[in-house]
Amino acid sequence: MKDTEIKRLLSAHIVSVLSIILTTIVPPLFLENFSVLGTHLIWLCICSICVTTVNIILYIILKPNPSSKRISFAHKVTKFLKCCVFFFISCILFHGIIVLYGAPLIESVLETFLFAVLLSTFTTLHCLCMLGPNIQAWIRVFSKNGAMSIWDNSLQITTMCSIVGAWLGAFPIPLDWDRPWQIWPISCSLGATFGYVAGLIIAPLWIYWNRKQLTYKSR
Amino acid sequence: MFTFILGVTSNWTKIPSPLFKKAVIVLIDALRDDFVFGSQGKQFMPYTTQLVEKGTCHSFIAEAKPPTVTMPRIKALMTGSIPGFIDVIMNLNSPALLEDNLIWQAKTAGKRIIFYGDDTWVKLFPKHFVEYDGTTSFFVSDYTEVDDNVTRHLDSVLKREDWDLLILHYLGLDHIGHLTGPNSPLVGPKLYEMDNILKKIHTSLLSKEEESSLPNLLIVCGDHGMSETGSHGGSSEEEVQTPLLFISSAFEKRNGPLKQPELVQQTDLAATLAIGLGLPISRNSVGNIILSIIEGKTMREQLRFLHLNGFQLSRLLQENMPTYEKDPGFEHFKIAEKSHGNWIKLYLEGNNSEVLLNLGKKVLKQYLEALKILSSSLSKQVAQYDMYSMTVGTVIVLEVLLLLLLSMPKALSSRAEFEVPLSPPLFSLLFYLMCLMLCAVHVIVCTSAESLCYFCSISWLMAVGVMMLISALMCVILSAFGKMLENPKLPAKNPAVSNSSWSELDVLMLAGTVGHAVSLGASSFVEEEHQTWYFLINTLCLALCQEICRHYFLVKECDLQLSTAVKQNFDDIEETAQCRNVDIPSCDSKLGKVTSSGEFLKGSEKWMGLASPWIILICCRLLRSLNQTGVQWAHRPDFGHWLTSSEHKAVLSLLVAISLVMIFILVQRRCSLVSKIAMALGLLGVYSYRAAIGNVVFPWQQDSKDISKGIIEARFVYVFVLGIIFTGTKDLLKSQVISADCKTKSIGLWEVYSGLVLLAALLFRPHNLPVLVFCLLIQMIMTRCIWKPLQFDAAQITIMHYWFGQAFFYFQGNSNSIASVDISAGFVGLDNYVEIPAIFLTGFATYAGPLLWAIHLLCYLSSEVSRNSAAMGHGCFCYALICSVPVTVYIILVTGLRYHLFIWSVFSPKLLYEGVRVFISAAVCMFFTAMDQNPSQKIHD
Repeated sequence: MKDTEIKRLLSAHIVSVLSIILTTIVPPLFLENFSVLGTHLIWLCICSICVTTVNIILYIILKPNPSSKRISFAHKVTKFLKCCVFFFISCILFHGIIVLYGAPLIESVLETFLFAVLLSTFTTLHCLCMLGPNIQAWIRVFSKNGAMSIWDNSLQITTMCSIVGAWLGAFPIPLDWDRPWQIWPISCSLGATFGYVAGLIIAPLWIYWNRKQLTYKSR
Repeated sequence: MFTFILGVTSNWTKIPSPLFKKAVIVLIDALRDDFVFGSQGKQFMPYTTQLVEKGTCHSFIAEAKPPTVTMPRIKALMTGSIPGFIDVIMNLNSPALLEDNLIWQAKTAGKRIIFYGDDTWVKLFPKHFVEYDGTTSFFVSDYTEVDDNVTRHLDSVLKREDWDLLILHYLGLDHIGHLTGPNSPLVGPKLYEMDNILKKIHTSLLSKEEESSLPNLLIVCGDHGMSETGSHGGSSEEEVQTPLLFISSAFEKRNGPLKQPELVQQTDLAATLAIGLGLPISRNSVGNIILSIIEGKTMREQLRFLHLNGFQLSRLLQENMPTYEKDPGFEHFKIAEKSHGNWIKLYLEGNNSEVLLNLGKKVLKQYLEALKILSSSLSKQVAQYDMYSMTVGTVIVLEVLLLLLLSMPKALSSRAEFEVPLSPPLFSLLFYLMCLMLCAVHVIVCTSAESLCYFCSISWLMAVGVMMLISALMCVILSAFGKMLENPKLPAKNPAVSNSSWSELDVLMLAGTVGHAVSLGASSFVEEEHQTWYFLINTLCLALCQEICRHYFLVKECDLQLSTAVKQNFDDIEETAQCRNVDIPSCDSKLGKVTSSGEFLKGSEKWMGLASPWIILICCRLLRSLNQTGVQWAHRPDFGHWLTSSEHKAVLSLLVAISLVMIFILVQRRCSLVSKIAMALGLLGVYSYRAAIGNVVFPWQQDSKDISKGIIEARFVYVFVLGIIFTGTKDLLKSQVISADCKTKSIGLWEVYSGLVLLAALLFRPHNLPVLVFCLLIQMIMTRCIWKPLQFDAAQITIMHYWFGQAFFYFQGNSNSIASVDISAGFVGLDNYVEIPAIFLTGFATYAGPLLWAIHLLCYLSSEVSRNSAAMGHGCFCYALICSVPVTVYIILVTGLRYHLFIWSVFSPKLLYEGVRVFISAAVCMFFTAMDQNPSQKIHD
């Protein structure tokens, strides 16, 4: 049971990693003058959209938290709308936090907002797919010993890694190296992406190594 | 070979005759290059601009080396050497200059020198001037009188014939810069005044020339520039680039388009002037002759001057570098010298003039190349380090840090004992052996060292004392280490370690402290240190937010689950137990009251708690945009500049008034009635002081009254500051000696704190008063909503206070460059410069942020004593530790990076700041210990 779950998790994560790698490789074939650093905003959009679609498709295929009862269509629609609202709120929240961290308030709003969207895609969207718009579940997963399945564990790890990656990505900004990737928000968004990818890779491995220690309570 | 060649050709040992008869040096303090060459120069200095464009004038941009502070710059101009950084401190109290310098050379050559202006010169050259009149440079708010004091002598001196060198040092422009910045409306008229003075001097010099054979020379220069905020000391382009004009009828009139002025070094002036006046170039000069000045001379003379310069430089190189022969500059110089010899030979043979000229030009080029390389390698070489003293200092600092770290488990235990076991190691054999060995090393080093060594020059008794200190510390560390190895269970007794694993907050604090200390190794992170702190406190706030969420939500959840007794969500029994502990007493206490109001209270407390980190974050973001500091983004527009510009005076007045009211509201809540009244009057006094010196306006008085120095108002405030601190001290003493009662003590501490707040309100520049308000506000929010409900331990609270203190240091507008020190704070309420109060006030105003947070920590911990009796001891120990970590790491890093390119411009100012910070932290720790004495005495009694 557990091993098959881990395999499913691993395959899902590999698909996600591949999708991110593809966002850097595929667009130059269609768009002229495309580069991750040069036209960073376009890349941010592409990456967010790509990760979103991949996550949603994976969710539909894999159904990590299958619920027994049938859900009506109207309920599904409200759930979807709720998810959209949550996503939007999280974008705004991330934008606010980034501004509080010192990003310019008026200049380069678009850059900051797209970075916030990227962060939301890496964290909130993932959570929404796994847990749905359910604050109680979120609090449970992100509190100590709150994980109830390996999917929750992987969620914790990827979210933490993306945020820590973005946090660490801010470090090179004050350095006087005058590199193209030091421009706001490139280093942070790259940091977040690397963190996310690292989280995706680490999560199955970590779960695999600790599979003996991990015991989950049922709901 | 050298003497042979030149011995044949010329009498090289004799100094060539002077090129100019009289020279006038007009030094305008803080004259930035664009004040002369830029648009402001064209507008306000018409005569000078006309001279630069069409006249007999050579114009350059002279580059000053940091520290761009007056005294080191005067030294650089007159000796041609690069003074060290310690001169910044000496700037306050300049002793006589003993190094070989131009003024001394001129005096020995029998030149008569007259000086008017900044009295730093008089202190540096006490017996060199035949006539002088010094003005004090430290009284910044006066910018007309200082210059009138110089100019009033000018008419009579220019008529007289009894001088050879006239030096004028005008301070007004610098003072205007400090007061209002380079774009203020006061700058224009001042430049115009300077232009008129230059015109007067120039015409008078020209009129005198007809009688004599040699032409006269007028030099206009600045000692340093001015940053966009109007101060100086750092190494930004605006501070470093100064104009340098040589005006003399000896030069050819410029024809053709105006070129961009050439870039030269400030140290080049000494060498050029020495040649111009026929004096020997001073020994330690690293400057090159500016070729355009001697261009009018014959090729033979030009080559001779260059040779003199090169000879002096190569001799300096020989003195400073053991492997001087391998230096490319020295090699180039030897080659140039050889071809110079050949050229002279040809010249004496009376060879064809065209060939000779071309050959001469080639030799000239060789010389210039050699001079350039020589001076650059000398500039690097001159920074000689006294490694022995540096090592001794580093070792002591390192040992103290190790000792603190090793005694951490014991000192943070519930008994909070920090004992240094002195007696057993002091009698051990190791101690004596180490003492002996160190003394032997000392003797060997001091007898063999060729260069100056500070540690060797102090008295023997002192040196032996230091040796004993080092070895004693070493022995103590070893014994502590031995004990730890022997008794490894000791750390497990520490409740903080054993009870719970590390929370995110602890990890963040450790990572932040270590990360900050390591980041000091990169020059950019030193320049932009404020970013590090802002980043860290932001993250800290978010971590606190998470902690609060966990506290409130999880408590609620587990409470709910306990009451409904459904499945337990947590297998961690400890945590649930904790939750129960927290919740049950609070429920019990509320049982008596109406349940709904209790719940309402609890709810509001919860929402306040949840909102508080966000409020703090918003406060920090607002403060951040108040003052842009650092280097890379310092030019960005900020709110502080907008407020200080003259058209927004009304807004500033309103802001100041609101801030003062807010300060009163926030401070008064824990004061006694008397100090409340004193505080209110004091804050009124602050406003009237700011109104008196013209920073703010009273609403009823729209017309601008003439500006005074506001001495009476400021002294009025000082009386209240002293009064409040005195009441506080009285309470403290009372609690200490008579009653030993906690409440009196905390009131006393709070009164001392509020006295310091009032002093800070007086000294802060008016646009910085919101910093003080937010400081008090954040402290209140933190105390009410975060620290008290969540019951952090003393160590965590100390680290948070330290971090916020550091961030507030930068919120005030400080940076790690000397330029941002606001020296005008040292003159509040003083008639003229008095050294000790001025230093104290400037120091307090600069370090107000960290100091206020440290005192607040003391206030907070003293109120926590009832909960945790060891809180004060823990706090003091943690404060000492957290302050000493970055200092120690920085000292080691800087020692390692001493040949870094930015060592003087970035790392040294930071070292000065860290040094002062250590003194202040030591004072704070002493205050802590004094406050902590009482309970232990009580226990003993």
